[in-house]
Amino acid sequence: MCLAVPGKLLDAQGDDPLERSGRVSFGGVIKVVSLACTPEAQPGDYVLVHVGVAIAVVDAAEAEETFRYLRAMGELEGLEPEPPPAAAAP
Amino acid sequence: MKFVDEYRDAAIVRRLSEAIARAATRPWTVMEICGGQTHAIVKYGLDELLPPGVTLVHGPGCPVCVTPAEMIDQAVGLALRPGVTLCSFGDMLRVPGSGIDLLTAKARGGGVRMVYSPLDAVEFARAHPSQQVVFFAVGFETTAPANAMAALRAERMGLANFSMVVSHVLVPPAMRAILGAPGNLVQGFLAAGHVCAVMGTGEYGPIAREFRAPVVVTGFEPVDILEGLLRCIRQLEAGRAEVENAYARVVRAEGNLPARAIVGQVFEVVDRNWRGLGVIASSGWGLKGRFAAFDAVKRFGLGAPAAAAAGECVSGEILRGLKKPPQCPAFGTRCTPEHPIGAPMVSSEGACAAYHRYRLRSRSESAA
Ligand code: SF4
Repeated sequence: MCLAVPGKLLDAQGDDPLERSGRVSFGGVIKVVSLACTPEAQPGDYVLVHVGVAIAVVDAAEAEETFRYLRAMGELEGLEPEPPPAAAAP
Repeated sequence: MKFVDEYRDAAIVRRLSEAIARAATRPWTVMEICGGQTHAIVKYGLDELLPPGVTLVHGPGCPVCVTPAEMIDQAVGLALRPGVTLCSFGDMLRVPGSGIDLLTAKARGGGVRMVYSPLDAVEFARAHPSQQVVFFAVGFETTAPANAMAALRAERMGLANFSMVVSHVLVPPAMRAILGAPGNLVQGFLAAGHVCAVMGTGEYGPIAREFRAPVVVTGFEPVDILEGLLRCIRQLEAGRAEVENAYARVVRAEGNLPARAIVGQVFEVVDRNWRGLGVIASSGWGLKGRFAAFDAVKRFGLGAPAAAAAGECVSGEILRGLKKPPQCPAFGTRCTPEHPIGAPMVSSEGACAAYHRYRLRSRSESAA
């Protein structure tokens, strides 16, 4: 049930933080979702939607970083790169 | 779809599984927490790509599976009251209580309505002022912001016909209960990425240190899961027990602060009874006093639900990672998705349903 699906935010409306909402396209299927938890989301961003609420904005730069590392893993056969050092929690 | 398809890349999956095989010099048992991860693992056969000795066991992260039977009985009882509409996520409808399930209650004329979002239940209440609308609020931390928003919106609208049965559960106390239980097999965790998207990673450091168990925050696609597992195995091999984030495109260390603020307004920590696991202290969320008017238990004068008997289902051992579904004597015979005995056979995220759907053919070998 913690399934959450990334979709592209098309627009956003509403000034009240609790009522702010936007239309999100999931591969062409469009739904209205609450943006109350993602006030920073801008049209064009990918948001992760769970039971009608966007719970995160997908960080495209981080995603690209992961793929750089994954691709490097294939090219440097035998030379294992260390996982990226970032993001260890305290 | 962007941020989905590229994480199912077969070449990267193969490379990651080879890297895991090179990294693992000893047997290791790692638990993935979330039922969504369990389904991806079984569906894509990721466990079959692992070297012998590296075992993924499936955790308690299916809210439908851990909602106690007596709470379902309570929801069924409400649905059968005249003038009441019980709104629920679709996954809950076929979960057996100690008597009938919600779908059967509906067939008998009970007011049962499936909703996609708790906000839809609030909207339904607003549009049907003559109905008492009760939302069955289950879920982990991921679902809590939406459920909390339902309470906040109902309060703001002054809805007198909306209330909630809350059976919210929390992941970190369940991890502690699993690691601390006698006979525990779990040496490291793939933490549930979407729970962490809301709550951040701060709660896992003390668990990792106290139990010497690495915790790697992990996403839901095949590439995500194998990357999380690779990082977990590398920690285990190096004797490290730290919190790592392998889902950085979604999870920040502090989580989602606006979502946590919304949850904090509505819910407070309470003890919770988990189906199959029993009562775990401070392992759930209940409504704060400010929202007492929206508490269905108070509104309808429901007493503490009577504990339902456990029966034949061994879901407790499944949820603790001690058994896999094919080891249950009822699996695929007396217990099937059409006639489920236990909750993990019903839910789209339950481990038994995943094995039944994707693995039934290999049942005899796995059970051996
Ligand atoms: S197969 Fe059925 S009875 Fe056995 S553990 Fe799973 S849900 Fe319970």
